[in-house]
Order: sequence, then structure tokens, then C-alpha cells
Amino acid sequence: MTRFLLRRLLWFAITLWVVVTVSFFLMRAVRGGPFDGERALHESIERNIQARYHLDWHPFKQYLHYVGPLNLDQHGPRFLGGDGTRPFGGVLAGDFGPSFKYRDFTVNDIIAQSLPISVGLGVIAMMWALTLGLSVGMASALRRGTRADVAFRLLATTGIAVPNFVIAGCLVILFVFLVPLLPVAGYGSWRHLVLPGFALGGPFAAYIARLTRTGMLEVLSQDYIRTARAKGLPARLVLLRHALKGGVLPVVSYLGPATAGILTGSLVIERIFAIPGTGSHFVNSALNRDYTLAMGVTILYTVLVYALNALVDFAYTLLDPRIELGES
Amino acid sequence: MGAPVLDVRDLTVRFDTRQGSVRAVERVSFALEQGETLGLVGESGSGKTVTSLAVMGLIPSPPGVVESGQAWFGGRDLLRLAPAQLRAVRGDRIAMIFQDPMTSLNPLLTVERQLSEVLEVHRGLARRAARALCAKGLGDVGIPDPEARLDAYPHELSGGLRQRVMIAMALLLDPALLIADEPTTALDVTIQAQILELMADLQARRGTAILLITHDLGVIAGTAGRVHVMYAGRLVETADTSSLYARPLHPYTSGLLASVPGLEGDPRAPLRSIAGQPPDLCELPPGCAFAPRCELVRAECRAGVPALLEIDDPAARGARRAACVEAERLLARHAVPGSAP
Amino acid sequence: MAKEGWDLGRRDYERLLSESLVHKGESLWRDAARRLRRNRAAWWSFLFLCAFGLTALLAPLFPLPSPVTLDLSIEPQPPVPPWVELGTHGFQPDYWELSGVDEALVSARRAVFGTWQTGPWLGTDGKGRDLLSRIVWGSRTSILVALAAAVCSLLIGVTYGALSGYLGGRVDNLMMRVVDILYSIPFIFVVIFLITIVNEYRTELEDRFGIDREVVFFVVIGAIYWLTMARVVRGQVLALRNTEFIEAARVLGASTARVLFVHLVPNVLSVVIVYLTLTIPAVMLFEAFLTFLGLGIEPPKVSWGLLAVDGSEMINPVRIYWWLVLFPSLAMASTLLALNVLGDGLRDALDPKLRGKD
Repeated sequence: MTRFLLRRLLWFAITLWVVVTVSFFLMRAVRGGPFDGERALHESIERNIQARYHLDWHPFKQYLHYVGPLNLDQHGPRFLGGDGTRPFGGVLAGDFGPSFKYRDFTVNDIIAQSLPISVGLGVIAMMWALTLGLSVGMASALRRGTRADVAFRLLATTGIAVPNFVIAGCLVILFVFLVPLLPVAGYGSWRHLVLPGFALGGPFAAYIARLTRTGMLEVLSQDYIRTARAKGLPARLVLLRHALKGGVLPVVSYLGPATAGILTGSLVIERIFAIPGTGSHFVNSALNRDYTLAMGVTILYTVLVYALNALVDFAYTLLDPRIELGES
Repeated sequence: MGAPVLDVRDLTVRFDTRQGSVRAVERVSFALEQGETLGLVGESGSGKTVTSLAVMGLIPSPPGVVESGQAWFGGRDLLRLAPAQLRAVRGDRIAMIFQDPMTSLNPLLTVERQLSEVLEVHRGLARRAARALCAKGLGDVGIPDPEARLDAYPHELSGGLRQRVMIAMALLLDPALLIADEPTTALDVTIQAQILELMADLQARRGTAILLITHDLGVIAGTAGRVHVMYAGRLVETADTSSLYARPLHPYTSGLLASVPGLEGDPRAPLRSIAGQPPDLCELPPGCAFAPRCELVRAECRAGVPALLEIDDPAARGARRAACVEAERLLARHAVPGSAP
Repeated sequence: MAKEGWDLGRRDYERLLSESLVHKGESLWRDAARRLRRNRAAWWSFLFLCAFGLTALLAPLFPLPSPVTLDLSIEPQPPVPPWVELGTHGFQPDYWELSGVDEALVSARRAVFGTWQTGPWLGTDGKGRDLLSRIVWGSRTSILVALAAAVCSLLIGVTYGALSGYLGGRVDNLMMRVVDILYSIPFIFVVIFLITIVNEYRTELEDRFGIDREVVFFVVIGAIYWLTMARVVRGQVLALRNTEFIEAARVLGASTARVLFVHLVPNVLSVVIVYLTLTIPAVMLFEAFLTFLGLGIEPPKVSWGLLAVDGSEMINPVRIYWWLVLFPSLAMASTLLALNVLGDGLRDALDPKLRGKD
């Protein structure tokens, strides 16, 4: 168990390091810094900016400062020549640096403000995906071959085939213009997240429905279901105790990619519904060349996806006793 | 000799597929007495498993249909019971074990869970109380250290142990009838012997009737008192085991017996097999299903399906029946030593 | 002669031969083709996709209005069914830069239809452009993007995966570790990074190498999707490498090349085909996604993603321009649906576990 965690942690560290390093140097290498294209600035302001963002340093020094855990500027540890007021800094110390675009804020500030919203959206999307997907998938499997089954399958395949912003658009027309039930834009309460959550989770609900259906059908054709029936167990027990666990396993392993997908999809959904989440900040940061914010969000999302994947793998081993921890 | 434990009459099971309708079982009748072991023999596709599943009400219903027949058990016709009543019988009065214990046990549940649920459902026992009985059940089938085994998962046990678990599960409630569908086919030969011995032992102690379904003549020889041979969904011969092996009265049965390589005789002689291929149930010939492969075939064999008639064999224990026009002639040939086909 | 008991006579061989001809075995492909044809949904999807592909290919030939001509003075027009207005004269050959073949098709069209063009059967959009024409022309771009990306991912992925699986051992481990690392990175960020960065150098790329944004686009997307392809192919190759039938082929004296091409490749191919058919819809959606974020196809070119974006941008509570959302979405959804159904059908048809059953 500890070996499993340690190994995962090791690969995670390597992955993260690759991400940070490559993106850092890629951004530095590209011509066109974050302040190009702005009005020509006064020389002293220009110098202030250079100093504040350490753009005058050697790129490698900037890199080390960014990564941390030691601060390399004038507030760094004494043995490096600083005054020791803030010896720690950089990503390894949890500090993503100042935003290039939003001059009065650090990246940590922006993330702290927007992440809870995005997480809330993601959670609601996942809830939609699971409840809809599992129920439709199971109903489909149990009514195999009937018209209801065909209808469900068509619905599921359509859910996969339509881009989520189109679903979002239709939802907006339906629930805001035609039947004003829910708020459409901005963020004020959880009610603002219901529609966006559905638009975000919709395609995943469709995929989960398909997986559930296939998984359940495969389990229901297994010999041990026949044994359970031969023992005289009532149908409900056969389904819930014998079939469900095995049938849902493919969905559990899908949760990993699904989370990553929800993260990705949130970029678009947050834009459409004007939700001030981390996703929309990321897109803006990429377009505005706000490098620290872009990298901060990237790192954050990489951490999230990795952690959730590890969690899902772990949960899978709990469900299926044949799999041992540490196997892929 | 009381009333038979299971009395099946004229059972016919049809499957409706896209390629056409097929009668997997046609007008099969047999009776099982208390405490006896009846062997049901045939190759794959002969209908023996379908017969047993039909009795248990486990035929998947589309596409399967029980066209006609009765299965009398405990004074009731199983084929006409309401689903809830049938469920009460299954696992409690009639139990069934299957061929491959690896796939027949749920890999995601512990042994204890799978055993105790039988007690929970049929006897309303709480899980704790059931646990002790499960351990005893495992002990009865000769599993060492049963308490520890209860918390194991099926994949952690060997093949022989798993089959013992299946048997324990089946016999927990002391059923009157045990249907064993190829119980030893998936096991090593040495384990096979152990399992068969175990079943015989349990039968002797509890008086359970056993319907043993297999394609393996060797298994039948050691365990069953009477044998029924099936071909293409129909019964073709019935007899007590020793008479069947000594004096087969149907060309199919004698073909089967002859194809087993013996320890004596010329090792270079070609192995004998039954000519032709197993029948396609969708395209059965109008007369006897075995006619295309039979060495003794006559014109009347193709005219109509031969009836399962009683043949008078004084040397046999109990009645003998064979569905062949040549049956009497075969019996006569057996009486002349050295002239058996 | 002691041998007599062992030899089969000529008649026995003839009998064996005639029996085996009657009960002909089936190769994986024949079995798969039969099962695919029986799957009506998949078969119809296949036909639909063929028709669709043909339409896209011959788009310049159809008497459609230009997809590019702007008319900013009018509002979006609702659809006018063909029985009300079949068409008008007034065709202007207004396109972006077309290839030689396309130019020839346009000339052919002018020769046949003159200045006649179809009416606004599906309506017009916010800039006065005919929607039907944009949908048909947009299909070309969308297919092109999807195919190019799919082929890209196929080339890289199959090579990498096959090599990794075949070499095995430490090399395989290392190669797959690289894939795992790349896999953990939420690739959307990589794509956005890359495209944003490439945008900086856009003019140079275009002028010096003739590489426009689209080509970069294909390469970037292809470079993202090869990961799963590599994994899948490697898994297949690994599984196959040690199978008994490969060993049997070797025992029978098959050379390595023969083993590779006659035995390994066909088995890997089936998995690749299925995956490819399912990647294309994913890529099309991804293109729409990027276009939405402003990083994809730009005017004057058209793609379905762009149309979907245009449509959703026109959503407002005052005037519901439903046709701008409905028709592009229908086109996209039906094509993706067909691809998914076909992909599923192919997967079921090629699944060796289902061989012989139905």
C-alpha cells in the first residue's frame, strides 16, 4: 500500500516537473512577452515591471525562482544574499507568483477565488453524469431489445455526438427564454450551476450510460448469475448484489478520464454561461499571455487529474478483489 | 420404492431463433427415484443441459419456450408453478451445480456471502447465525479449515476446492434432488475422482437423488445406477448402467462405447469413431436423427422417428428401452459371444 | 508391412477433404463482414457516410451560393423551402483560395448551371451568407481536419505502439512511461499553449514554409491523439507476440516478415480501425471546441465548428434564429452519430469473442 503510494508520488513528481519545465521555457522562448502590445509605457514604469516580474534576470534564474522552494529575490534566505524575510517561495512552496495581467493580484489569489466555483461546477456535472448515466444505462440493459432500450441508446449516442456548447445553447433557449426556470449567466448561488452542470456533464452521462449498459449486459450473461438464480434468489437480489458490482466496474475506471474531460469541457461552459471559474481564467490567460496564471492553472489541474486518477485506481481495487494494488 | 422424486413426462423445449425454430429437447421422459443417481449422457448439443434447465425453470425465455410436458416434484408440476413458488423450490428442495466453478461462483463476493444468502433467502436466518451453518456445510464436503475459507474469494481457491464449495452451497438446505451438470469436466482427473466420491458419500448419508449430466462415459460407469442416452434432443436408450455398457441396444450407444480406446487389443488398429458429424438441429432428417451416421440403417429408419420401445432383456435390472428398429437384433447379437458389433 | 495400420488410405483423405469443404471455416474478416452487413444500423451509417463524403468532395460542383459572400445589410433570413423558391440567378464565384481540382469543378459548375444558384433553403446567417452552402462547404473542412488528425495519430501511434510492444522489456517499459506522463497532462492546456505560441510565428510559417494555421492544427491534434492509439496498439502487439498461434506459425517455419504481416498486422488492424472510427468524431468535436475558444478555423474558411459557434453566438431572448443552431447541429450530430454507430458496429463485428454467434 505504501509502496503503491510512493511509486505514484514519484511518477507524479516527474510528470509535474516535466510540465513545469517545458512550459516555462516554451513561454520564455516565444517572442512576445506579456506586455507587448500594450501602450508604450513610460520608462520608469517599464523598469518597475521588469523588476517586479524579474524579467531582467537570467532565464535559468527565473526558472529556479519560479520552481522554488527557495526565494531568489531580495527577500530570500540570508545565505543567498537576501534579507531573510521570505525565504520560501515558488511552486514547491505553494506560491504561483504574481499575475502578469491582473497587476494587483497574485495567481494564488485568483485561484483561491475561482477554484471553489469551478469545483462546484465540476461536482454538479459529475453528479448529473452519474445519476443520469447509471440509471439510463441500467434501464437500457434490463429492457434489452425493447423500444425503450433503442430509444435510450439513441439518446446516449446523440449525447456523445453533439458538442457541449450546442447542448448549452439549446438549454439556454429552453430554460431561460421559453420556460424561465433557472438563471442563465453569472454566478450567485448553486442554482446558477444547475444548467451549466447539465451541459457539462451531458456527454459524460451519455458515455456512462453506454458503459453501464454494456457492463451490465456482460455481467448478466455470466454463469454466476445463472447460479444465483438457480439458488432461488429473488430478481432484485440477483441484480443488486450479484450483477451491480461487476456491471459498474467499467464506469469506475472511466471516472478518471471523465474527470479530465469535465475539466476540459469547463473551459467552454464557463465561457458560455459567464461563470467566473478557474477555467475561464485559464483561457483568458493564454490569450493574454499571462504566463504565471496560465502555468499556475495548468499545474493545478494536472495535480487534480493525477490525484483523482490515483483515487479511482484505488477505488477499483477495493471493488474487485482480483486486482492487486500496484498493477496497472 | 415410493413415488419418484422427479417425474418428467414428455418434455419438449423449443428455441425460436432468427435461423428458425429448433427443438432442443423433444418428448423426453424420465423418473428419478429417491436416493438413486440417474445419468443423462449425450454429446454437446444433445439437449441434456436444456432438459435440466427446463426443470429448474431457468430457460431464458425469449428465445426459449417450454412447448409441452410436465415435471412432477413434491406433488406439483414445476413447469406450471408461479415464478415465486418456483423460486422457493430452487435452492431449497432442488439444487443445481454447474460445470465450471470458476465462472459459476461470483468472483466479487466472498464464499461466506454466497453460502449464507441461501440460508437468508430460504430460511430467513440472520447473517451471523448463518455463518456457523456455512462453516459446517464446508466441513461436510471435506474442506479443511472451513472457518478461514469462509472469508476467501473464489479466485483464491483451487479448482477442486471451488467445486466443493459449489456442492456445499447446493446441499446446505438438504435438497431432495441435486442436479449436477458436468460437475467434473473442468477438473483434473485426480480431483474428478475425489469429487465423485464425495457426491456418492453425501448421497449415501442424506439420501439425495442425483441427476448426473455428462458426456463422459467413464464418469457414469462409476456413479450412476441407471443411464439415459440422448441424441439430437431425444432419448434414444435407457437402461441400468451395467446392462447398457455390456449390451448396448442403440447404434449410437454402441458407437460411443466402441470409440473409447481400450487397454487391450492391437495398438496399431485405427481408432473407431462414429462416422459423420453431429446433427444440425435446424435441419434434422424426417426419420431417425441418427440415420445419416448409422451403419445399420434401413429404409424404415428414414420414414418416421422410431419410438422408444421397451425391450425384453432378462439379464437387465429393471426395464430397458431403445428407440431403434434394430434393437431386438442387437440384443440377440449380444447373446452370441464375439459377434457384438 | 508393419506400416499398414498407421497410414490413412486415399479414400480416407478424400473423405476428410470433402467434409472439410462442406464445413468451411471462416476467416476473421469474412465473419466480420457478414456480421457488419447484418447490423442494419451500422450498414446504413456506412452508406450515409459514403454519401456524405461524396457530397463533400464534389461540393464545388453543386449549384450552391457562395459560402463567403457577405451581405451585412440584411438580418438572418429564416429558411425558405425549395418548393417556394427553387433558386435565383446571381451566382458569384466567391471563395477562398481553391486547389486546382476545385477550380476545375467550379468551372464545370458554371458551364452547366450558369449563374443559377439555389435559394436560401436553410436560411441565411447574420452576415447574409447562405446556410446550406456553408454547411456543405464546412463539411469539407471538418472532414479534412478529422481525417488528417486521425491519420497523423495513426502513423505516430501505431509505429510507437508496435515498436514498444515488439521490443518489449525495458525499452517497452520506458516508452510506455513516457506515454503515461504525457497522458497525465491535461492536453487541452498543451494545445492551447501550442496554438497560442504558434500564433506568434504565424506569418513566418506561412511565408517561409507555406504552413498555415490549419496544418499546424492538424499536426497538433494528431500529436495529442496518438497516445491512446499507441497504448492500444502496444497492448495488442504484446498480447499477440506470445500467443500460441504465433508460436505455431513459427514452428511451421514462418519467417519473421510473414509472421508480422500475415498474423500480427491483421489482428492489430482490427483494433486500429475501430479506434480510428471512434477518434474522428472526437476530433471533430475538439475542432469545434477550439474554434469556440477562438483557436480553430477562422473566416473566410468554414467548418461545422465555426457554424455551431456562430449559431450559439446568435442566441438571444429577442429573436430566436433557430435555424442557425438547428441545421449545423443536425449535420454535425448525424455525421458523428453515423461514425459512432459504424465504429460500434465494426467493434462488435471484429470482436473475436463473438465469432460464430450473433
